[in-house]
This record gives sequence, structure tokens and C-alpha cells, in this order.
Amino acid sequence: MASKQSEKKSSSWLRFSSARNFYPLAGKMIPWFMGLAIILALVGLYMTFFVVPPDYQQGNSYRIMYIHVPAAWMSMLIYLLMAVYAALYFVLNVKLADMMAGALATSGAIFTFIALWTGALWGKPTWGTWWVWDARLTSELLLLFLYLGYISLRAAIDDPNRAAKASGLLALVGAVNVPIIYFSVTWWNTLHQGASITTSKTSMADVMFATLLIMVFAFWMYTIAVVLMRVRNDILDRERDAHWVVEEVGKEK
Amino acid sequence: MFSVITIMIRRDILLAMRRPQDVMTSLFFFIIVVSLFPLGVSPEMEVLRGIAPGVIWVAALLATMLSLGSLFSADYQDGTLEQMILMPQSLALMVLSKVTAHWMLTGLPLVVLTPLLGLLLGLGGEEIKVLTLTILLGTPVLSLIGSIGAALTLGVRGGGVLLSLLILPLFVPILIFGTGAVSSMNAGTGTEAHFSLLGAFLVLSLLLTPWASAAALKISME
Repeated sequence: MASKQSEKKSSSWLRFSSARNFYPLAGKMIPWFMGLAIILALVGLYMTFFVVPPDYQQGNSYRIMYIHVPAAWMSMLIYLLMAVYAALYFVLNVKLADMMAGALATSGAIFTFIALWTGALWGKPTWGTWWVWDARLTSELLLLFLYLGYISLRAAIDDPNRAAKASGLLALVGAVNVPIIYFSVTWWNTLHQGASITTSKTSMADVMFATLLIMVFAFWMYTIAVVLMRVRNDILDRERDAHWVVEEVGKEK
Repeated sequence: MFSVITIMIRRDILLAMRRPQDVMTSLFFFIIVVSLFPLGVSPEMEVLRGIAPGVIWVAALLATMLSLGSLFSADYQDGTLEQMILMPQSLALMVLSKVTAHWMLTGLPLVVLTPLLGLLLGLGGEEIKVLTLTILLGTPVLSLIGSIGAALTLGVRGGGVLLSLLILPLFVPILIFGTGAVSSMNAGTGTEAHFSLLGAFLVLSLLLTPWASAAALKISME
């Protein structure tokens, strides 16, 4: 009775910070984000392969940029977002914020890996080598290590509350350190390599920029959809003994 | 307030002196790792001289890493840590004194050994001086940052390996500026910038990490 009243009262968006209300909402949102992601990715990939002209210096190999650049951007933004959710978890003490942070970490690690991998594939024809200890590559590699540390810490602690707090603290410490690491690596790179390889910043043609933007949106939509899926699974796993979960799963059958 | 710090430091050092092998292990580890490089890379003094600062720094990182596991674990197992959390004095102060004792037991010996290992790897006098100073400034930062990881992984399965995964990426700036000081001295560009930055890291981590470690300890003790 009391819970029903309070449910009616809190009709604000904060209502969805409870797992029970969030679960069906996320379920309704996922197809939309996934659909948008697929449409945008198809359009973006079509433009990547058939519309955008080849680069006058790099030929066709530069087309991997339309995967590489969005992945690299996502990898950095997701870490920031993860730290924001970790902070939200500490401030509001909402479990959902922690679940979001955990779900984001997996996506972030995958995008970091994709950025490194596509960077290597692009580097071979362009620079003639799979890997250089360039500032951006090195800091991206360290970012991957930070993600892996975060994910391993979460996985190593069985108690979900302790895992949430410990990994949240690690995410915040990491977020403070990321700029320090980034600037140290940049400095280290300029000290050691002298004139390193720099991609000449030629102004990008409009159609190239549009393609890049479409791909970035496709990556965002995909990330949101996948993160919501992971959070839904996490909710079911954590609340598997709750009455509403049994009802909800029964309904879906 | 200061009496608490000195009591804590004295206690930890006394405990370590009763079991000196724990401290010695990480020291010998440091020496052995460094002496593997002439065998693995090349006994040529010219080659060794080039890689010496990096080798000594990486060995110092690993030796610190190895000793961090025991920073809180003994107190955690026998329940002392719980009492420390219950004490009226701030937990961050406790952490700071424990880390200070830890550094005096594991970091300071590394500083003392660095000139010797520098000689073994063919470094010159001026290079040894700069390298030793960077180790002196850098190892306290390693202990301070490492204490967060040690607190987070208390009682967690696979804690030791996990600790290195969490903490080693955070050590990167120290490694860069520690080894960079020697090479920039050799390049003739001066070492002030490196020392200033290492000092800045030390001040910053002195201010911030005890709070983070105290929070992590509370999380681990819940």
C-alpha cells in the first residue's frame, strides 16, 4: 500500500532510477536505438565505400578512419561517462548508476580495442608499420589497461555493493589520472621522438565530415542500445529473487 | 596528531624489523631484476648505459608493486585495521603514516641501492646523482598511489595480480619523468622541469591519495 502511494507521488523522471521501473522502459527503448544504429551504420558504411572520394595522399586505405575515429572518440567519452555514473552512484546512492557504469566499461574497452586494431590496420599501408610508440597510440593503450583493471576489479569482488563502491572509487581515481597520463605521454613522445609522424590537418571535405558524423551517431546509438541490454540483464541477475522479476519474465514468454 | 603518526610509523617499522625477510625479499627482487638485463639484452656497457635509467625505474616499480600487497594485509587479517577505522583519529592520517613506514622500509632502500646498480650498468657520476634523486622523489608517490590499489584489493581473490593491473597504468607518469630526467640531462636540456613535475606529483599525491585510500579501506571493511 505504502509503496504504491510513493510510486504515484514520485512521478518525476527519478522514478526510473529504480530497477523495477527502469527495466520495462529500457526494454521499450532498446529496439529504437538499435534500429537507428543499424540504419545509420548502413547509410554511413554505404557513404564510406561508395560516396566519399579516395584521399589524394592515402588512396582508399584511409576509409578505415570512419570506423577508427568514432571508436577512438567513444573510447575516451565512455571513460568520462563511466566516471560520471560512478560519481552519481556515490552522490545519489542509486544502484542503477553503478550498473550503467559497469555496462559502459565493457563497451569502452571494446571500442578502445577496435580503435587500436583499426589504427594498426591503417598504420601498415600509411606509415609502413603496425605500431609506433606515438603519443596517441600509447595513451589509447594505457586507456585499455585502465578499462581492463576496472572490469577485473568488478569481476573479482563477489558482493555487488562492495564491487560497486570499489570500482566506483577506481573509476574516479582513474578519471583524475587520465589527463595526467595523457599529458605525460605527450611530453614523453615529444622528448623521445623529435619529429614524429603527424597526420597533416588538411581541412576535411563536407561529404567526408558528414560521413564521419553519421558513423559517430551510429556508434552512439549502438552503445546506448547495448548498454541498456547489459543493464537489463544485470537487473534480472541481481533481482532474480524479486517477485516482479518472475512476473516480468513470465510476461515476456 | 603527530604523536599518532610517529607511534604508527614506529610500530610498523618495529614489526618489519621482527620479520626482516619480508623487506629483504623485495630488495633482492629489485637487484635480481636489474642484473637480469645484462644477461638478457647485452653485456656491452654502451648499450647498458642507454637503458640503465629505464631498467632501474621499471625494477623499482615492480619491487614497489610486490611489496604493496603486504601494506594492509597483515593488519586486515588480525583485525587491527578494524580497530584503526574505529579510532577517533582520521583514517587518512593512519593511511599516511602506514604509507610513510612502508616507504621507509621499501622505498628508501631502493634509493640507497640505486647508485650501486647504476655503477653496475655503467652510468657516470652525474647521471647516478640525477637518477638517485628521481628515485628519491618518485618512490613515495608510488607508495602513495599504490596504497589505493592495496586498499581496494584487500581480501579479494587474485589480489596480487589484480593490484598490478589496477596500479601500473597509474605509475606511467612517474616512470616517464623519472627516466626522462637522466636522458634530458644527457641531451643538455636541464633537469629542473622533471624534478619540478616529480615534486608536484609528490605534493598532489600526499594531499589526495590518503583520503582515497581511507575511503577504499572503509569500502573493503564493510
